Amino acid sequence: MKLFVSEGNPHCLKVLAVLELTGVKCDVQHVNHEEKVVPFLSRTVLPALLLPTEDYLFSTNAICQYLSETSGLGTGEDSSQWLEWEATELQPAVMQALHMMVLHGKAAHASQALEGPLGYLEQSLSKRNMLFLTAETVAVTDVILWAALYPVLTGSLLQAGELKAVRAWFERVNLLPACETALQKVFKSKELDVLKGFLHKQPNPLIQQKDNQSCNQPEQMEHMMTPEEIEIVAETWSRGLHSCQEVPERQHPILPQEGKRNILLTSALPYVNNVPHLGNIIGCVLSADVFARYGRLRGWNLLYICGTDEYGTATENKAREEGLTPQQICDKYHAVHSSIYRWFQIDFDFFGRTTTQRQTEISQNIFWRLHERGFLLEDTVEQLRCENCERFLADRFVEGVCPHCHYPEARGDQCDKCGRLINAVELKEPQCKVCRQTPVIRSSKHLFLDLPKLESDLEQWLDHSMSSGDWTGNARHITRSWLRDGLKPRCITRDLQWGTSVPHPDFSEKVFYVWFDAPIGYLSITANYTDQWERWWKNPQQVELYNFMAKDNVPFHSVVFPCSLLGAQDNYTLVSHLVATEYLNYEDTKFSKSRGVGVFGDMAKDTGIPSDIWRFYLLYVRPEGQDSAFSWADMALKNNSELLNNLGNFINRAGMFVNKFFEGHVPQIVLQEEDKNLIAQVDWELKQYVQLLDKVKIRDALKCILNISRHGNQYIQVNEPWKKIRGGDNDRERAGTVTGVAVNVASLLSAMLQPYMPSVSKTIRHQLQAPLSCASAMMQGAGSFICSLPPGHSIGTVSPLFQKLEADQIEALKKRFGGQEPERRSQSEAVVKPTGSTLTDKASTGTDPERAKQLTVAVAEQGDKVRTLKAQKADKAVIGEEVTKLLELKKQLAVAEGKDPSPKKSK
Amino acid sequence: MALRELSSLEKSLGLKKSNKYSTQGDGKVPVLQNSKGPALVGLVTIAGHLVREAKSPELLGRTAEQRAVVQQWLEYRVTRVDKCPKEEVKVVLKELNEYLQDKVYLAGNNFTLADTLMYYGLHGIVMELAIQEKEQYLNVTRWFDHIQHYPGVRHHLPPVVVLRNRVYPGIHH
Repeated sequence: MKLFVSEGNPHCLKVLAVLELTGVKCDVQHVNHEEKVVPFLSRTVLPALLLPTEDYLFSTNAICQYLSETSGLGTGEDSSQWLEWEATELQPAVMQALHMMVLHGKAAHASQALEGPLGYLEQSLSKRNMLFLTAETVAVTDVILWAALYPVLTGSLLQAGELKAVRAWFERVNLLPACETALQKVFKSKELDVLKGFLHKQPNPLIQQKDNQSCNQPEQMEHMMTPEEIEIVAETWSRGLHSCQEVPERQHPILPQEGKRNILLTSALPYVNNVPHLGNIIGCVLSADVFARYGRLRGWNLLYICGTDEYGTATENKAREEGLTPQQICDKYHAVHSSIYRWFQIDFDFFGRTTTQRQTEISQNIFWRLHERGFLLEDTVEQLRCENCERFLADRFVEGVCPHCHYPEARGDQCDKCGRLINAVELKEPQCKVCRQTPVIRSSKHLFLDLPKLESDLEQWLDHSMSSGDWTGNARHITRSWLRDGLKPRCITRDLQWGTSVPHPDFSEKVFYVWFDAPIGYLSITANYTDQWERWWKNPQQVELYNFMAKDNVPFHSVVFPCSLLGAQDNYTLVSHLVATEYLNYEDTKFSKSRGVGVFGDMAKDTGIPSDIWRFYLLYVRPEGQDSAFSWADMALKNNSELLNNLGNFINRAGMFVNKFFEGHVPQIVLQEEDKNLIAQVDWELKQYVQLLDKVKIRDALKCILNISRHGNQYIQVNEPWKKIRGGDNDRERAGTVTGVAVNVASLLSAMLQPYMPSVSKTIRHQLQAPLSCASAMMQGAGSFICSLPPGHSIGTVSPLFQKLEADQIEALKKRFGGQEPERRSQSEAVVKPTGSTLTDKASTGTDPERAKQLTVAVAEQGDKVRTLKAQKADKAVIGEEVTKLLELKKQLAVAEGKDPSPKKSK
Repeated sequence: MALRELSSLEKSLGLKKSNKYSTQGDGKVPVLQNSKGPALVGLVTIAGHLVREAKSPELLGRTAEQRAVVQQWLEYRVTRVDKCPKEEVKVVLKELNEYLQDKVYLAGNNFTLADTLMYYGLHGIVMELAIQEKEQYLNVTRWFDHIQHYPGVRHHLPPVVVLRNRVYPGIHH
């Protein structure tokens, strides 16, 4: 055990006196006031006691209590109350008084600070009328309070005239030998001086230290540049926009051009029957949109293509649910998708769909070419077929008893109970999920793409594409692990109706499997955009293809689809840059349509938060490199701190100064060193931005924008143009220069924001009346900051760009979109209360243990009934009916127990 | 605030009859009128009293050392965390974060009253943290999440969302 103390420290007086009083043996080490003893504390705190358990005690009172307890004296509730009072009331008052008295010589103020606590002490002492605080004998508490008051009550420091009881008590304690010894050790009779030394090292209790560096702001990277470099940047800046030509309007159809960088950009095709959630949006269409807008600014010849993926089981399913035809479902949801993306300002060159004639033509063409070149295999597959529904059952359309654990409701692909994967034909007592009839096993001939045969071609191409292009880390990793496991033939046909029909006469009843079909959508959608689609898609020499997607889509874009195109041997353009995001979570959970958790595309606009703000936040937390999460609180914080206080504040001030001080005209600019430094700093951030976006580091590049406005705010703050404008000629010139530079930085910000927040960017440009060409001018080459608003340029009316997101508003939204308690939502489905054997529907929310009990009984009874019927080999229709009832009861039981009743859905 | 905290504490201690509290002074220090003796004043004092009433003295620490550590953090709560000026919040979080680096609970391996009261005291602060800050004070966040899920503790306070995925892995402290 070791005690660390320092000279002149009244807290040490406490522990040393208690040490004497209790007689506990302990090493005492004297250290400086500044010595850091307790490793986890930010400030030096003394005294400190190192316990035998290697823990540190840094609270003086806790040390005293500990010493007291180990010596056998103990402490009671009474003393605990005094100690709490000492720590919370007396100590702050004493520290304040000492500061005023010893360091500022203001004794009157000091007395005032102590008035309350001393009065209380006086009252307590006289009321109890005992010799000491808690008893007639001295206790640790007395020593602690004595020590706390010693510096203020001793000597001439304070006239505590009226406090008779306090004085008497104080003197009694003062005379204890333990206190005398401790005093000697701490103050050595030169009280004031050592006390001063101690106080100087303490945080000032009167002035709250201002520390505005928010801890969530990334550390600013100061880039060092030589004076020569700065001079060059400043010269470029001053030269202005003269040499730039106007940006040509976009003219459709966009086709590859000789001598230009031709970029074909695709975003993964969203599946038509799901409303996309924020994760889907950031994962592909929004990320690709930022890159497309950026590319257009850079002057690349770029075509951005996307559309809805419409074929497949899920659409058929949805159609059955909604009582529509698959085509009607596709029409309906295609419109939903289009309007969501329009609201998010996704600037596609063309947003098409896969259910078109072009899709059939191109898929069938690729199919025949693969067939002719021997890349397709035939094989027989055993499948379940429902004779009643006249169709083969996809895995999710069949249910039965698990062959492993005998769970009665195993799905065609997996058992929910034991989790094992199941081949649908292995299910015992299989049932068609639609009509509840027993399906039969039929073998069906299918076609397979011979991936092993294409593997070496694929690897050769991958080596080239990955080494020359920008593939995200996850895309490389996922692709490599697929290749490492070895490729197997993949079935490309399906026994379905809703799909592209297989043109081969032996397979006329079948359609293409969506994975084969869907990526061909990129080609067919382009073909619907322009008849000259092959100039994009059969032109690998001229065209660079960027694919944007979430990571689950990688294998289809890096392995399977390239194999189809390679095998077709038709000079197809294959992907050069594969950009895959990780997943975006919602708060701390997953987005879930069935549970109503999360924000879905169509709801975002109902929040009243502008689309640009959504874009900003989603891009700010873009899952780039690792999973990330959407959080309401974080969104509000970023909006308020980054957009409102940082970016918006800067741009608004810059414009306001021009209007207020210079009648709306950009003033004369005479650059000083300080201005050139800022210009160089901003120019460097712009170059970073260009470098990062060229590599599709969308999230990182956004930080450059925010850094620039931070620099800008600092620049205005330091130079105070609002003061200088009222000064002499020199000062007025400075005010003009600073305002002129600042408003030009604002103009640059408008350009840099264009890919991220197109509306805000446009608003700024209008407010500043900035020329349209300045954005692309500054983003040529490596990017350079140019004076785009020369002296004399007149700007428009300036108004605030952003609005604060209030805490209550965010709280309300958070509630509305689940998040906190996802399980409680979306369970307003009919819940049934059994009354005898008849069931009545009744809506309910939340759990109900009573009903759960009743339902458990009902489920058991119904289960018995079903088993009896089955044992009796009763008519199937009858059994089916009873099973349906059983399932319904189980579902209600789940609801009553507060579980999610819907079976887990797989895509 | 302190009063709701005390009534939650009573519930989590399993005390049947609930006490009536009042407050005194500008600082709204809680007061418990006691039929057996003088009134008890102060959050730590009253909380300690409740723990003894509930016959759970282990919540104040099992050994002399642990009892001292518990007292110390209780004091830290009422002196440093309560009425903590904005500029100090980060200091407090940083200190706790470093302290909790190798600990499950404030007093080491046992849950104590210090955890409960510190959790109540920090709730408002942790609520306001951005995800990025929660990650910066990872040990505090971990401890906090642990305590808010400790049986019977949370009561009057809404749960604070703690993400399992790190969003800002680049940040080190």
